Amino acid sequence: MRQTIAALFLAGTLSAGAQTLTMAVGAPVTSLDPHFHQLSPNNAVASMLFDRLVNTDAQARNVPGLAESWTAVAPDIWEFRLRRGVRFHNGQEFTAEDVAFTIARVPNVPNSPSSFAGFVRPITRVEIVDPYTIRFSTNGPYPLLPQDLSNIYILDSTTHAQATTDQFNAGPMAVGTGPFRLVRHANGDRIELERNDAYWGQAPAFARVNYRMITNDSARAAALLAGDVDVIDQVPTADLARLRTDQRVALAETVGLRVIYLSFDHSRDDATPFVTDNDGRPIARNPLKDVRVRRALSMAIDRAAITSRVMEGSATPSGQFLPPGIFSHVPDIAAPAFDAEGARRLLAEAGFPQGFRITLHGPNDRYPNDGRIIQAIGQMWTRIGVRTAIDAQTWTTFVARAGRAEFSAFLIGWGSNPEGSHPLRNLIACQNRERGWGNSNRGRYCNEALDQGLVRALQTLDDADRERQLMALQRQAFEDVAIVPLHIQTNIWAARRGFEVTPRADELSLAQSVRPAAAR
Amino acid sequence: MQSGFVMLAMSLLVFLGVFAVGDPVEILISPDADQFERERAVRALGLDLPLWQQYLVFLGRALQGDLGRSFVFNEPAIQIILQRMPATLELAFGSMFLSILIGLPLGLYAGLKPDSPVSKGIMATSILGFSLPTFWVGLMLIMVFAVQLGWLPSTGRGDTAEILGTRWSFLTWDGLRHILLPAINLSLFKISLVIRLTRAGVRETMLMDYVKFARAKGLSPNRVTFVHVFKNILIPVVTVVGLELGGTIAFSVVTESVFAWPGMGKLIIDSINVLDRPVIVAYLLMIVLMFIVINLVVDIVYTMLDPRVRLEAKA
Repeated sequence: MRQTIAALFLAGTLSAGAQTLTMAVGAPVTSLDPHFHQLSPNNAVASMLFDRLVNTDAQARNVPGLAESWTAVAPDIWEFRLRRGVRFHNGQEFTAEDVAFTIARVPNVPNSPSSFAGFVRPITRVEIVDPYTIRFSTNGPYPLLPQDLSNIYILDSTTHAQATTDQFNAGPMAVGTGPFRLVRHANGDRIELERNDAYWGQAPAFARVNYRMITNDSARAAALLAGDVDVIDQVPTADLARLRTDQRVALAETVGLRVIYLSFDHSRDDATPFVTDNDGRPIARNPLKDVRVRRALSMAIDRAAITSRVMEGSATPSGQFLPPGIFSHVPDIAAPAFDAEGARRLLAEAGFPQGFRITLHGPNDRYPNDGRIIQAIGQMWTRIGVRTAIDAQTWTTFVARAGRAEFSAFLIGWGSNPEGSHPLRNLIACQNRERGWGNSNRGRYCNEALDQGLVRALQTLDDADRERQLMALQRQAFEDVAIVPLHIQTNIWAARRGFEVTPRADELSLAQSVRPAAAR
Repeated sequence: MQSGFVMLAMSLLVFLGVFAVGDPVEILISPDADQFERERAVRALGLDLPLWQQYLVFLGRALQGDLGRSFVFNEPAIQIILQRMPATLELAFGSMFLSILIGLPLGLYAGLKPDSPVSKGIMATSILGFSLPTFWVGLMLIMVFAVQLGWLPSTGRGDTAEILGTRWSFLTWDGLRHILLPAINLSLFKISLVIRLTRAGVRETMLMDYVKFARAKGLSPNRVTFVHVFKNILIPVVTVVGLELGGTIAFSVVTESVFAWPGMGKLIIDSINVLDRPVIVAYLLMIVLMFIVINLVVDIVYTMLDPRVRLEAKA
């Protein structure tokens, strides 16, 4: 109580500046229940209030969280050794019971629009060995379990036994082991936090955090310049040039895990809906099934021009899913070089010396500059004789149509887990109910040999061996131009002078990533 | 009866509209969820039934006062909207207050002295109020008063004080500072509207016989203006301001998103972006209801301002 009064007093005075951090984020948080809706902004808030067995550092590497270590004690059994002496915000002690309770709760959150259940489904049995040791059995070797569990926020078996999503949102149940505790949640507006002084890990730098949601890009940048907020995320590319030269502001940037790519219609062997010949008549066979056409379309794109002009330098050209430094990035796949001459030759070889007409679809409100990127690509394709019409749509409409494979060619993005198997099995693997693969494979690429290789890789517990296999599979996929990667986005935060942000590859905007800047 | 029919038609339109736009599950679900998860989500949101059945289920519950739970927040849609309502209400009333406070005197002046250069200046400026886009003006207000001059905070709602279980920001100094810019932004159009209505009304009334008579009777110019003229020009102003109030409460989307004002307008635009159908339906139904109520109130105010309008006369 005394603490609250003191905090209220501090919040009302200017001198509290050094102790209070005000952040503005661009995406609204929809729930404080860490198992309700799997969504980046929600996960960011959960990462401040709660902990996972396996936490992730700024470079998206797995680091010990509530588990100090983990090993596969048998090919199909993972053992996690838990941290001792950790307490929840309400004083309850953290033990293996809580882990077992959490694993059981995850698939049973009512009305969840996007559940976390997929991350715990590989677990067939949970065995509590002692209060600080827990074992998970899986159906066969499953190397991704630590990765999967880095998405699961641990709750307390007594506090949260009957907890509903409403109670998390209202506040009383938002009790975790994380570096911050909840003070107030104003839905869609702000979340107020205070430091958890009993935190087991590195103590956050700020005693109080005001986590605000400002979804309008210009307004968010203006709030920073006006000094109303100390840190913003998702810095709009239009403001980058100005902010880079502004003395009052420092940018923190890191290459992210979101790849922007083009996908082609692989599902139709005969005419594909948005490709015609130069006179507007349908072409009897789908030209996009020919790897030479796909490669030509990829070579015709000047990726460096897109990243430097359209994206204002906030992206890196790429020819694969993952950026350098991430597990299973393939060093020898370079971003395809821009070669309009070569593209024309390839088209002629494939039987289209005069090119054809195509419509390129894409969203216009989802990714930074998405509408302008497809315009640029349309012009580049037209230059090699593929006369391109552009159709940019709002995301809600676009994604439903793309999911039904209605388009011939379209732009879309993908935020990867830091492991090549994640984009491979979701974007390129054949749609397969049993395996649960190909869920975002909207172009319907399908190569059974590649899938077989992926099955083998995903049963390989040895990381080095698995990485070699995943690299070979990615070479195979990009040799066949299964999709056309364009660039990997850079995640950018902007902070007022006096604040320093550690940029995160996973896009999460966390208060514990912000520290007072060292005196310059 | 009539209003019930309007609300029914509205709910049906929104249902069909959302269905035509896209699939909420496609938007809400994590892109790496497998088919099993997708099917579970579709069932959880009640989207596995055919559309007409979903609509009937909705109607059945609506008749019992339950407009459904938000897909995104998993809370009753009405509750979410009511949580956001105070912010929008105080913004709407704030801007209405400003538009009357500024618009009426200026309009009165321009009407009484139509030929003075000041009046011409007022009228010319009011054209700007009509024609400048709210979005641009909002950003300019932020750039000038928050970023350049640093007088006022740029965005958001300030400190709030609690009355009757709801948080209001106009009760605290910090809250007032936060509400000023968005309220001005929202009121610009209405100020111009009030100025023009008042001016036109004044010029018309000044030529009326009863005004001439009052002046001939030797009443002071002030008394003529504020009793005889003022009362008569208020009727069109009240009508328009009343209807504008409804529009402001319902559709202050642009101002709310520019100023990150956590009101209903921002909620509806966020909900449309993720196709949160229960919230969209509940919101639009409430708006229809609100317009019906506002029209009623405007009618009642008429009877107080103009004794010739009688409620029973209409029946």
